[in-house]
Amino acid sequence: MRWTLHIPVQRKSTRMSTADATMRELTFGHAIREALGEEMRRDSRVCIFGEDVAEAGTPFKVLSGLVAEFGTERVLDTPISEAGFTGIAVGAAMTGLRPVVDIMFGDFITLTMDQMVNQAAKVHYMSGGKWKVPMVMRTTLGASRRSAAQHSQSLHAWFSHVPGLKVVLPSTPYDAKGLLKTAIRDENPVVFFEDKMMYKLKGHVPAEDYTIPLGVADVKRVGDDVTIVATSSMVQVALGAADLLEREGISAEVIDPRTTWPLDEQTLIESVKKTSRALVVDEGYGRYGVAAEIAAVIAEGAFYHLDAPVKRVGAMHVPIPFSPPLEDLTVPTEQSVFAAARGLCTRS
Amino acid sequence: MTIATSEPAASPAVDLERWVEMYRRMVSIRLFEEQVNELYTRALMPGLAHLYIGEEAVAVGICAALRSDDYITSTHRGHGHCLAKGASPDRMFAELLGKEAGYCRGKGGSMHIADPATGNLGANAIVAGSVGIATGAALSAKRLGLGRVAVCFFGEGALGQGLLYEVMNLAQLWQLPVIYVCENNLYNEYTHYSETTAGEIAARPAAFGILTETVDGQDVRAVYGTAKRLIDRARRGGGTAFLLCNTYRYHGHHVGDINREYYRSKQEEQHWRSERDPIKMLADWMIEQGLTSVDALTRIDSEVKSEIEKAVKFALDAPYPSPEEVDQDVYG
Repeated sequence: MRWTLHIPVQRKSTRMSTADATMRELTFGHAIREALGEEMRRDSRVCIFGEDVAEAGTPFKVLSGLVAEFGTERVLDTPISEAGFTGIAVGAAMTGLRPVVDIMFGDFITLTMDQMVNQAAKVHYMSGGKWKVPMVMRTTLGASRRSAAQHSQSLHAWFSHVPGLKVVLPSTPYDAKGLLKTAIRDENPVVFFEDKMMYKLKGHVPAEDYTIPLGVADVKRVGDDVTIVATSSMVQVALGAADLLEREGISAEVIDPRTTWPLDEQTLIESVKKTSRALVVDEGYGRYGVAAEIAAVIAEGAFYHLDAPVKRVGAMHVPIPFSPPLEDLTVPTEQSVFAAARGLCTRS
Repeated sequence: MTIATSEPAASPAVDLERWVEMYRRMVSIRLFEEQVNELYTRALMPGLAHLYIGEEAVAVGICAALRSDDYITSTHRGHGHCLAKGASPDRMFAELLGKEAGYCRGKGGSMHIADPATGNLGANAIVAGSVGIATGAALSAKRLGLGRVAVCFFGEGALGQGLLYEVMNLAQLWQLPVIYVCENNLYNEYTHYSETTAGEIAARPAAFGILTETVDGQDVRAVYGTAKRLIDRARRGGGTAFLLCNTYRYHGHHVGDINREYYRSKQEEQHWRSERDPIKMLADWMIEQGLTSVDALTRIDSEVKSEIEKAVKFALDAPYPSPEEVDQDVYG
């Protein structure tokens, strides 16, 4: 187990005050399903396609019940053709539908790369701003499910590298619902990564309609001594590590960028100017990855405020192994994040 | 069995204006492309271009059977498709020269011309890159009840790409109004297609149960007649079709491909130019039928020539985009 659920007590966000009365506990998966259902009710152009998305509701059961309400015209089971149905989504998005495609495992995005990178991401720019591609690709990331090297990767850095795409990485049920609704309403191709180990994670979600803008980071925990920037389920890991740090008298601020593009650089930089130390935790590979980019943003923006080098913690640079004791070595844990943050704070 | 070889379906009874218009369009594409070659040779055009000369009857015959709100997707060899669907030569040239007046504000260039006003979803520089887009447009047309049809143009080189088979499978399963138009100009770049293509081309879509027809791509009447039937069928809800058009690329893979004898002979090229030219074939037929005269066609030729010359001048004189354009329209 990489992490346990942490409901941060200190939040900077103002959203809590208005919605407290109607807060419910939902799982991360349920919040995703609710976002899709609400958007499909609101806009008849929204449709879903992917493998086993209809009656099966995906292997993770995230979409259970949607086909019963919206029918097979709007929840379309496809053959096992990731490139094919992603390409069809691009064309459908250009011509009046708002498709949400489901790529069951993030590892399979490799099969869709031409359609996402050369087509979806480029159509708007290449056409001089005339065609738009309002589509969402939902997919997963995250290791430690004992699924080995082709079902465990966190490849969100790949899409974050490409102009024309937006990339979303929710870390809580609340964020998942609000960000997905925004992604569906966006006029651009948006890739939405869900950590498959988080589907059962519970959290407060208001019953009222709400959205969360893309490109706005959230301070998940306020602190003074070190900034831990974390993405997706690594936010939960970071919050656990922050609790451990607190016992040592170290006050950690945990920031979730929520989207790697657009990236809320200012919030990250301001936090590090305050704390003077930064650790970036991301489950993608550490090399050339999201953590590397965020570390560079911080180094460029807060260099003269730093008391220690910016540190990255990512997945080990190995294919994810199957054997549990080996797999567990490859991903950041509360302990490894704690150790890295403490290391930054105890440098002379 | 769904494989058929079509005879020219149209008769002289089809009104003269239609054939004259197709003649004019083919001449327009021919002269446009000759100007492109000229611009390249005179070093006035950035980059390269892939000429459609020799294949005009395919784009013109098919687009003549489409409504203006029907969709097309095109290829790296796409100028002919865009013009046949209604693009105007001046803004096409402007795009080829990277000028702001171009269809894509100069950001797309020769291989990416797109125009919502004429249903052009875009030319595409990835071989088979647009087959998903065309199929998706057909899905929208069906779902939204628009009565539109999507035509997906691609060369025989695209038969090597897996994506084509994925989307043909889906189109047939979902009975989408999309026509896959395979332009077999015999060469995947510099390699004869027989060296890259196992089995029969028409057997591929037929394996999915897709209505498949083969037509002489140099005969615009045959192309039009067959395309009209397949397009009307798709519009009525009859589903997907595949049209194999046998044609020939007179020029090289791109404007810089001058010495071609290592992959094909001059005699072969000459044979197609003199015996199988689509413009000459239509002209000869119209004259033979007494529908028009040499003089009337010559008049059209010179009208088109002057239109193309004006269009080139427009593009040469047009300004480049301003530097502030560089990061505009990355996101919508």
